Amino acid sequence: MQSAFMVAAPVDPDCEADLRTLLATMNRLPGFADPDNELVPFGRFETLHFARFVILRDTTLGDLAAYGSSFPDAPVWLVLLGECDGPAPAMLVALAERAGAGLRRIFAFCRGFDEGADLLAWLRTREVQPAAFYVNWRGRSVRRIREEASLHRALRAWLDENGAALANAAPTQVRDRLIAYVAAEQRAGRLALTPEPAPDATARLRELLTLIGVPLLLLALAPALIVLAPLFLWILRRHETRDPVIAPRPAAAHLAELTRREDHDVSNQFSAFGCVKPGLFRLGTLRALLWLLDWSMRAIYVRGRLARVPTIHFARWAFLDGQRRLLFASSYDGSLDSYMDDFINKVAWGLNLVFSNGIGYPATRFLIGGGAKDELAFKAYIRRHELPTEVWYKAYPGLGTVDLACNTRLREGLERAAMDADAARHWLALI
Amino acid sequence: MPGAVTETADIQALLRSGFGSLTEAEFLLLRIADRAAARAWLAAAPVTSVADLATRVPVATQIALTAEGMRALGVPEAALAGFADPFLSGMAGDAARSRRLGDTGTDAPESWDWGHAAGMPHVLLLLYAEPGQLARHRATVLPDAQRAGFEAPSSLGTTNMGGREPFGFADGISQPQPDWRGVRRPNTPADVEYGNLIAAGEFLLGYGNEYGRHAQRPVLDPALDAALLLPAAEDDPTRRDLGRNGSHLVFRQLAQDVAGFWRALDRVAAGDVARRIGIAEAMVGRRLSGDPLVESGAPVRGVAPRDQARNGFTYTRDALGLRCPIGAHVRRANPRTGDLPAAAPGALARLYAAFGFAARGPRDDLVAASRFHRLLRRGREYGTALAPAEALTAADTVESGLQFICLNADIARQFEFVQSAWLNGAKFAGLRDETDPLTGTRRPVPDLIADRFTWPRPNGLGERVGPLPRFVRVRGGAYFFLPGLRALRWIAGAG
Repeated sequence: MQSAFMVAAPVDPDCEADLRTLLATMNRLPGFADPDNELVPFGRFETLHFARFVILRDTTLGDLAAYGSSFPDAPVWLVLLGECDGPAPAMLVALAERAGAGLRRIFAFCRGFDEGADLLAWLRTREVQPAAFYVNWRGRSVRRIREEASLHRALRAWLDENGAALANAAPTQVRDRLIAYVAAEQRAGRLALTPEPAPDATARLRELLTLIGVPLLLLALAPALIVLAPLFLWILRRHETRDPVIAPRPAAAHLAELTRREDHDVSNQFSAFGCVKPGLFRLGTLRALLWLLDWSMRAIYVRGRLARVPTIHFARWAFLDGQRRLLFASSYDGSLDSYMDDFINKVAWGLNLVFSNGIGYPATRFLIGGGAKDELAFKAYIRRHELPTEVWYKAYPGLGTVDLACNTRLREGLERAAMDADAARHWLALI
Repeated sequence: MPGAVTETADIQALLRSGFGSLTEAEFLLLRIADRAAARAWLAAAPVTSVADLATRVPVATQIALTAEGMRALGVPEAALAGFADPFLSGMAGDAARSRRLGDTGTDAPESWDWGHAAGMPHVLLLLYAEPGQLARHRATVLPDAQRAGFEAPSSLGTTNMGGREPFGFADGISQPQPDWRGVRRPNTPADVEYGNLIAAGEFLLGYGNEYGRHAQRPVLDPALDAALLLPAAEDDPTRRDLGRNGSHLVFRQLAQDVAGFWRALDRVAAGDVARRIGIAEAMVGRRLSGDPLVESGAPVRGVAPRDQARNGFTYTRDALGLRCPIGAHVRRANPRTGDLPAAAPGALARLYAAFGFAARGPRDDLVAASRFHRLLRRGREYGTALAPAEALTAADTVESGLQFICLNADIARQFEFVQSAWLNGAKFAGLRDETDPLTGTRRPVPDLIADRFTWPRPNGLGERVGPLPRFVRVRGGAYFFLPGLRALRWIAGAG
């Protein structure tokens, strides 16, 4: 199972520029990590999917004034976050062991860093757990992704050689040939498809409990929720009609800092940061919704799609500063503009549920209507809250979620006992 | 319900017409040398409006400006700042934009003939005329460029290829139908299905778009319009709308390697003529005649009855691309999808689909809501026309191509999206590392080579055509503002 790890430490204000300079030395292209960089050679960690360093310098703190509030001593956080196979603590152990010197150089720019201290312990005390975490395909490891990509390459190469002769063959017949070819390659040791460990009984039970536990709980609470709903909606509408929308167009220089780090691969990173609307009502609503969202991403959206959006590899929501501010970080396919269009056209309701609890978000109706549908305001809000990701690492450049999904289905189809002609046709089309 | 578009005397005619009967055309790229003279010339220029189309127009004149041009004319920064970012930074103004558009490597703006650095035009003058009339028309409109305040113009010529583009295919068949009369309300359940009737605000600034909102454009402090030349903004009557009745004109000069195209396909077809044509038609997604590769099904909203046979179709029943390949040029340029491609009929089914449960395979519901990404195409061919058979033996020096012109209200969401996510998208609709077979760069991102075209076969195996070289190269390009006539007068007298 994949996990999310995250360490956040406040940057020493005098050192921010030097820190950015140091982080930039890890990159091969702007914002795009060299997998073998000297500081943290991400490419040598075989269970690491994605990782990033981002400096959370929040330029929107002034928005708090709209609520008569302020956050003068807000820290500038340095965040190291990533997604890995297996438990997060083990990843931190590996990072501290194998990239300790580099991490020390980086975190030395943070307040309270002690050269003599135990690095791992120092990192552990600064860990931040996500409030919600999305995984495109639960349980699919880096090794499996790479093996399945090799499988796809092998099938394609074989078909480039032999496909013309099979142009008119029945799909089931072609599939049989491919199965035989893969078996031979595996015997020869040229192709590895490590069997997936079958989930044990306790894991299955835990999954089942996750799946049904939350609906059961909600069912049990339903009478109370129904009674409270009118009051909740009344308060909500009072907030929604009064909350200010703060979505000016982002400055050209800010946009340029973001876009120069984009579109160097078929995937991109996204990091955004901002204040939660003050008051217990919004915080409580946000926490409840993130809890439900997290459940849906453990129980429902576990194989390839978050609602209608298939292009997100990983995403997380994490609170900082005692739940005053929220970080959203994701890795996704395509350009940011198409990502935002997909968001608006496919899952505006889902975005509104969560992000309307952030200061300045375009006005929503009953948490799901409006909001992102105010296209220009939404796009400006997103870009304005987005922060440049200084270093971003992806373990499988060139592969998008659709490649991963097709490759996994190819592999599953290979291992299935029998297929009718139509199923075999669709399976072959995956290549 | 959105309002009808009635201010026809204020709208440049190109919004409504490609001037099909005016078969001669020339596009002049002008740089301003003398601001006062250029303003006077612009203020008096005989710009053809939509209202003029009520009677026969033997010649037509249209004018568009770049952000640099508006600056050179003295338009205040406060007014310019209201334009959207792509227009302000320009087609070639930002390396990140060039990456998205595929303008990299040998197609990088540094190598363009125009549209970059000192080659950035200020004013685009589009001249159209009936056969034999163009030279006289030009002499009437711009008898002396220097006197009019411009440097010596550079001219982009056109060739009437009889409705075919240089590769030999009938072109210009699929166009969105702007909802000029304001009869359709966007964002109703009807949008679950693909439709061709598109909100006027997707093409015309200052009107409601497919979101029921107004695209980014300058709405000015009334102090900037003391003469009250400009109309009030529809969505904010306290401000004057510089964008109203205008549009953004995207211009790209695309050189097409016609000989290279047919020779490459001839090699793939091993000299078999029928197969060569078959591959070309699969790559384009239409027959040479322009007929679609899929049968038309239920009539498509916003397609005139006489056009249903050629344009009244979707790809819903061709999910594997067995009739029209998924990667075919016309399928990429307009996938013809509704808002909820996977949904069955009925409100419950829509809800089910909206939560993402209706999609089954990894390629379902990847491309949705085409209505947000439509372009009014107004391009013209240039150079020497070659029949496909002639192309095989033609000299390499013969040049031809397309003066690609399209109109849209939101350059980022329309032109740039189509160019980057659809035509140049390596994973478009679940394809694996391909770009548009005709226009695509073969290297969509630095480390990825995408030079194949998959031609699906009935047994599911795709024939992988390629490696394909680039057939289309960018010679120049720029983003323009095609102002309304009142806005043009304001610009000519501004500041």
